[in-house]
Amino acid sequence: MSLSGSKGISKILGIGIVAVVLVAAGLIYYTQSMGAEQPATITAGGASFPYPLISKWVSEYNKLHPAVQITYQSVGSGAGQNGLFAKTFDFAGSDAPLKDSQMEQNPGILHIPETGGGIVVAYNIPNIGSGMNLTADVIAKIFQGNITKWNAPEIAAINPALTLPDLNIVVIRRSDSSGTTNGFTSYLKNASSVWILGSGTTVNWPVGIGASGNNGVASTLQQTPGGVGYLEFFYAKNNSIPFAKVMNRNGQFVEPTLTSISGALGAAAPLLSSDVRASVVNMPGDGVYPISVFTYILVYKDLSYMPEAKAKAVANFLWWIIHDGQSYSESLLYPRLPSSVVTVAEANLKQLTYNGRPLL
Amino acid sequence: MIVSRRTKEKLIIAALVALTGAAVAPLFWIIGSIVWNGISVMSLEFLTSLPAPFGSSGGGIGNAILGTLIINLFASGLGIPLGILTGIYLAEYAHDSRMGSTVRTIVESLSGVPSLVIGLFAFTLIVLSFRHYTGVAATLALGIMMIPLVAKATEESMRVVSDDLREAGMALGIPKYNITTRIVLSMAKGGVISGSLLAFARISGETAPLLFTALFSFYWPTGIDQPMATLQVLIYNYAISGFADWVAKAWGASLLLVLLVITINVAVRYLGRKKYEGA
Amino acid sequence: MNKKSIFFKDSAFKYLVGGSSLIVVAFFVMIFVMLAVRSYPSIANDPLMIFGSTWDVNSGIYGGIPAILGTLASSAIAVALAVPISLGMSVFFTEYAPRRVRAALSIVIDMLATIPSVIFGIWGLWIVAPLVKTYVQDPIVGSIGFIPLFSGPAYGLSLFLASLVLTFMIVPIISSLTISLLSTTPVELREAMISLGATRWEVVRHVALPFSKLGIFASIILALGRALGETMAVTMVIGNSFVWPFSSISLFSPASTITSKIASELYEAVDVLHVSSLVELGLILLVITLLVNSSARLVITRISRRNASG
Repeated sequence: MSLSGSKGISKILGIGIVAVVLVAAGLIYYTQSMGAEQPATITAGGASFPYPLISKWVSEYNKLHPAVQITYQSVGSGAGQNGLFAKTFDFAGSDAPLKDSQMEQNPGILHIPETGGGIVVAYNIPNIGSGMNLTADVIAKIFQGNITKWNAPEIAAINPALTLPDLNIVVIRRSDSSGTTNGFTSYLKNASSVWILGSGTTVNWPVGIGASGNNGVASTLQQTPGGVGYLEFFYAKNNSIPFAKVMNRNGQFVEPTLTSISGALGAAAPLLSSDVRASVVNMPGDGVYPISVFTYILVYKDLSYMPEAKAKAVANFLWWIIHDGQSYSESLLYPRLPSSVVTVAEANLKQLTYNGRPLL
Repeated sequence: MIVSRRTKEKLIIAALVALTGAAVAPLFWIIGSIVWNGISVMSLEFLTSLPAPFGSSGGGIGNAILGTLIINLFASGLGIPLGILTGIYLAEYAHDSRMGSTVRTIVESLSGVPSLVIGLFAFTLIVLSFRHYTGVAATLALGIMMIPLVAKATEESMRVVSDDLREAGMALGIPKYNITTRIVLSMAKGGVISGSLLAFARISGETAPLLFTALFSFYWPTGIDQPMATLQVLIYNYAISGFADWVAKAWGASLLLVLLVITINVAVRYLGRKKYEGA
Repeated sequence: MNKKSIFFKDSAFKYLVGGSSLIVVAFFVMIFVMLAVRSYPSIANDPLMIFGSTWDVNSGIYGGIPAILGTLASSAIAVALAVPISLGMSVFFTEYAPRRVRAALSIVIDMLATIPSVIFGIWGLWIVAPLVKTYVQDPIVGSIGFIPLFSGPAYGLSLFLASLVLTFMIVPIISSLTISLLSTTPVELREAMISLGATRWEVVRHVALPFSKLGIFASIILALGRALGETMAVTMVIGNSFVWPFSSISLFSPASTITSKIASELYEAVDVLHVSSLVELGLILLVITLLVNSSARLVITRISRRNASG
């Protein structure tokens, strides 16, 4: 075995070259990204309810404006609101409008209704497909833990055509602070006389397991035979999770569809013109799906606290989503905004300012 | 009823085989599931394009593959040199000294720290201080995780080198640092390389530290200081997303990840065997 | 090269390797320091809050006892299940398996040890969970469900499933150590037993296992340490709720561990108290795992000392 220097030297050289290449590659990579035009990176987050549509908007807008990279995190309405208050989010998504107390503590926030949708009651029962009939009272009793089996008399009475199994009901609800919960519980409070848990982004659920986000509910529901949960229409439809027909104000069992949900929002539109935060659940009307809601983008009126390029990007993006962006809604099963609601949204967006000058 | 010792022996063998089966069945089950579910997603588009938005099909995981490679490379740049140097210290310079045994204890303790906690450390040090999710924190966390693995491999392979060589070197008047690097280290080189490769494979699978450092991204990586997509985090996010298309992609990404990790391990095994055959 | 420059280079090298070792030590110390610093807001607010039983982000209450108990329980159950399986396989490996089977088994054990946690997670979540619920949990609830520990309703994603997945993750750890221990039983002891007419199993039971007892014990503690810190697989299959243990003691209910809590909440935590409570949980986990791993090391040191002297 030779101790000649050449072996040692070439080994050190080898290591050295590899190290230099690694460092150089790293530096080149890094500086190249610095030298290129700095993208406007917008960080947003909030409701999971409109996440499929917002996700699509972000992607399409980036194709039109490659320098604008928006990341929207589906963390729930509550976390979205908190993120906006802390200004870690440049704008937030929330199905639940801000309460008066929140508006007092955090003044100067605009509500921009950007879309709406239906909240469906979905279930996982072997051999039972979509279309089970449910009323507000029965739903209330299920989620309060008063009805515990699928073949309970109250459910069987309104579903004479179905053979319901002797299976325990497993309630799946949101563990995080959720605008979808807010819409669902507002509906139950409005439409049912037996609902006692009130309404809000969280309530004191006596039973059930918590899942995080609409997607968490979808996921957990698929894993849990006997499960029942409330989630946004697209999530249920896309995963082929069966969901119920709900009785509306007119006494009809209505299946959630784009038509029935759009019908509800169309009927509700005038309410928003007087109060953008109005509750629109359980609207009267023929063929209207009663658990339909609008959802909002929350953004500060005065965007002077962020760099000007970013403020402009935010304003332009939000203007785009209520106009051109609406063409992507229906393919993802979200209804287009009624034109009167677009007017309300435009009026609010025009209040965006930067250093005193309007952005739009 | 007296059971003969022979019968007892046969029953015991049956039980042992059953237990062995229970131990190894998961491997085949897991790999089977991954191949079964992941193959159908594989395509060139899957490997090279950006993710499609939530709710739409198509797109791919190109940015996650690139992100994993980038973060691993940077982490190796931190972890491998520190690991090798520390291993050299432990093997050659740490005999019978208080500092030596302290270092050894701490390196061992470090290997027992859960990856989540190391990620938490990087989170508190960098992300919280700068209020910004960044790949740098991920690099730090993964790099720290590599150190004990590489150090241990280095130390062990250097220890195996016979002292005769060191003494021969000293007798010839070769300085200690030369003995260490040119003689001992070059003999230990196989073990060091295996250790580094195994450490690389190990961090490729680590997800927890990335969840709140590099976070995730739907775009191509723009810089190590930004959030970045990685295979591991993609698998986690997509698997729990409840969205069928994403779950399918998670299986595909899992297939890639398992291929990467198994390939490295097989390569290390093969290198090791070759070494023995060659000697 | 003159003496002075050699001396200089030798010192420089010594400082280089010594210095990097100290950097590693510094990292270790910093982990403690940073975690302690960032949990301070939670500790200062109410040092005992973290040991409460309710975690409610919206009300600002951060009691983590269910998560801490979940960590301990899932790891304990996993170890309890893994020990017989690992010992069984190790004995089979060392005493009965033909050479080819042994080669194949050692490859399998190695591979199992390298499968990333998130892969165990996706497999557990989408493949195992529904099967376990239908074929294991439901029958058990149906038959012995009156025992609170096994009462329904049976949720697939549960403490039970997490413990099961953990079991398979730590089996390779215990097995590989046990196999090497059993193989190094002194030959004379074995031969003595065999010459007395003992069957293979009796050799194992009366010689090999007792001889390796301490080492096996150490490997079990190490596996426990690994299970305590396991994050991804557990987070994906445990259900992430505080149903266990106070709402229901059933193993089939959803639970949380320290790791699942941190993994699922940290990236979206905005409130300072929330973040610092999560970091505090992480600090508690660090202390627990360090204690467990140091005890394993103490046992191993005792073994090597005994071997050196005996």
